[in-house]
Amino acid sequence: MSAASNTARANILGRLKAAPGRPGPDLAPWTPPTYTDKLVRFRQMAEANHAEIHDVTAETWPARLATILNNRGVGRLMVAPGTPRGDALLRAAAQGVPLPTLVPYDQPVEVLKDALVHRVDAGLTGTRGAIAETGTLILWPTAEEPRLLSLLPPLHIAVLEEDTLHDTLAAVVRDQGWAAGMPTNALLISGPSKTSDIEQTLAYGVHGPKELIILLIRKGE
Amino acid sequence: MAADGGMHAEHGPRFAERAPDALNNPQLRRNFRRAMDGLMAKRAAQFPDPAYWAELRERGAAVKARALAKLPDLLERLESRLTANGVQVHWAETTEEANAIVLGILQQAGARTVIKGKSMVSEEMHLNAHLERHGIEAVESDLGEYIIQLAGETPSHIVMPCIHKNKDEISDLFAEKIPGLERTGDVDELTAAARRVLRERFANADAGISGVNFAVAETGTLVLIENEGNGRLSTTLPPLHIAVTGIEKVVEYLDDIPPLLALLPRSATGQPITTYVNMISGPRKAGEKDGPTAVHLVLLDAGRSRVYQDVELADTLRCIRCAACMNHCPVYTRVGGHTYNAIYPGPIGKILTPQLQGLDAAGDQPHASTLCNACAEVCPVKIPIPDLLVRLRREAVRPTETPATHLPPLYSTVVKDGGAERSWTESLVWAGWRLVYTRPLLYRMVTRALAWGGNWVPADAPLMRDWTKARAKPRFKPRTLHDLARERGYLNEVPK
Ligand code: SF4
Repeated sequence: MSAASNTARANILGRLKAAPGRPGPDLAPWTPPTYTDKLVRFRQMAEANHAEIHDVTAETWPARLATILNNRGVGRLMVAPGTPRGDALLRAAAQGVPLPTLVPYDQPVEVLKDALVHRVDAGLTGTRGAIAETGTLILWPTAEEPRLLSLLPPLHIAVLEEDTLHDTLAAVVRDQGWAAGMPTNALLISGPSKTSDIEQTLAYGVHGPKELIILLIRKGE
Repeated sequence: MAADGGMHAEHGPRFAERAPDALNNPQLRRNFRRAMDGLMAKRAAQFPDPAYWAELRERGAAVKARALAKLPDLLERLESRLTANGVQVHWAETTEEANAIVLGILQQAGARTVIKGKSMVSEEMHLNAHLERHGIEAVESDLGEYIIQLAGETPSHIVMPCIHKNKDEISDLFAEKIPGLERTGDVDELTAAARRVLRERFANADAGISGVNFAVAETGTLVLIENEGNGRLSTTLPPLHIAVTGIEKVVEYLDDIPPLLALLPRSATGQPITTYVNMISGPRKAGEKDGPTAVHLVLLDAGRSRVYQDVELADTLRCIRCAACMNHCPVYTRVGGHTYNAIYPGPIGKILTPQLQGLDAAGDQPHASTLCNACAEVCPVKIPIPDLLVRLRREAVRPTETPATHLPPLYSTVVKDGGAERSWTESLVWAGWRLVYTRPLLYRMVTRALAWGGNWVPADAPLMRDWTKARAKPRFKPRTLHDLARERGYLNEVPK
């Protein structure tokens, strides 16, 4: 911090501390909603957010994904090696599942930038769970599964397990004790990138993905 | 005095002089009416249960009020957490200082091009112009901001900056400014064109600059919300990220974020949540493959610590910049954002601008209101905007002195340039009014005189002129209301 910034700091804090004290109010009680069927709510809200949901099973999702992507003509799919989802796809491809060309995100963005910005059609990530209230996916990108994987490719595919659904953000932040250790970047994603800056008309894919596909792994199936 | 610094006083024609142009522009009025009607309906649909709305906003207001009660302490905690997380924290008393800090960071990194996420604080700083003067190109990436940057305009709304423009105007603008683009009325095509241009800008930018919606002291986390993904791109793709924020954006706990997030997008655009909620707690760690390697936060005062001195006025600092107050304001809807000639238009601007810029530069703003209370009813953090408007009107003519007990005395008046709107004519008129209204005999004489001769007083007589400039002069009836009431048998007595 520069000398000027230090002076500014001292002056700002000095003025704030010299101000008359005021009691901080007690937090008013607030009960975030709960849902008897989280899945129903999640589906309804995620679809309202323009996400496309496919019910899949833990064993066969790579084959199902291959069909979905082939129908769309996706040529290059970026995956994260070293993550359960990325590795499952790499294994499936090796076993002959007709997946698009898999491009690994295995180098720093400085090396892969051109491919990421221009030459992949889709990116696949896992999720940490989801929020029923708003139809929101929770992602905590990691060294293996970088931040831009869910952002730069025009199609984002996210794998979600049914039993990681939570009622609300309030509940998941509290129950999982997020405050004890936040990652570099925690993300909530609710649908594909969108804008309504031109005459309040919705348009998708303005900067991030134009489409979001959620592969929902049903429990016990 | 440094503490008085901050926004440049944006002198120029005042609100009342600018308003007629907007009022007589049917296209502009249609654009705003349509947009505001839509936003109001969408917001209302998000809060169908009045009891839940009341509970939620009570919580939101309390979270912000508690954070303000501990503001200096929380800022220090935020700083130490961020520093521990590897984020470099800078403090600026004025917008000039903040500009110098940002420029210094960019120059040290050798940055030539910057991609920007939406930030009202950077508008307050006039950051783009400052960087340009020093040879650094800053490109706005929020679609609305990009459009007005192309047009060389300023935002007319704090959430939807180009809301004053319709599709045809944007289509003409793009055809003129984006090489190779034909004129098109298709919103998807216009959006795709902006994506193409801005993708390259993102890929080549040396730095990203963003605002902050909430800064969490407990964890050292910067929370940014947006729909487009440009905010995530600006804060992830370039090697350097600089966030700028006002000192009032800090909250204490991560648990404080969910209620605020439940209020902000719903109040702003009628969405249950924005597409992206981006929580940043530090730069790229060893082994991580993307994210900026350096993150800076610039904490800007620019008059906020002065607003903080007065416990009533400090409610202004609870604002979470949702824009619901302007969306519901009958004045804003009719004149649009540019008429205010201020960074923050609408009701929040009418209380914030005079406090940051001073009552000399912006003392007219609190008068651009009917005090209808719509803003206070929708404000998700319960800022009593109409009360503060009235308070500021008073401060402009009868300023509160800084209490003598307040040591060291920081300012002479509580609000900057208190008393700036004082006028002898107005004081005289009110003194006369009081005289007449507290002496029944005098009152009777004056009303009788007016009933008899009031209509002969010309509309542009001195003292009358200011009133009749924008209003018809009232016609006096030959008989006063008192006469008529008495005739009908109403008694001037308090019933027992
Ligand atoms: S004053 Fe209230 S309604 Fe207006 S922008 Fe701020 S938080 Fe929203």
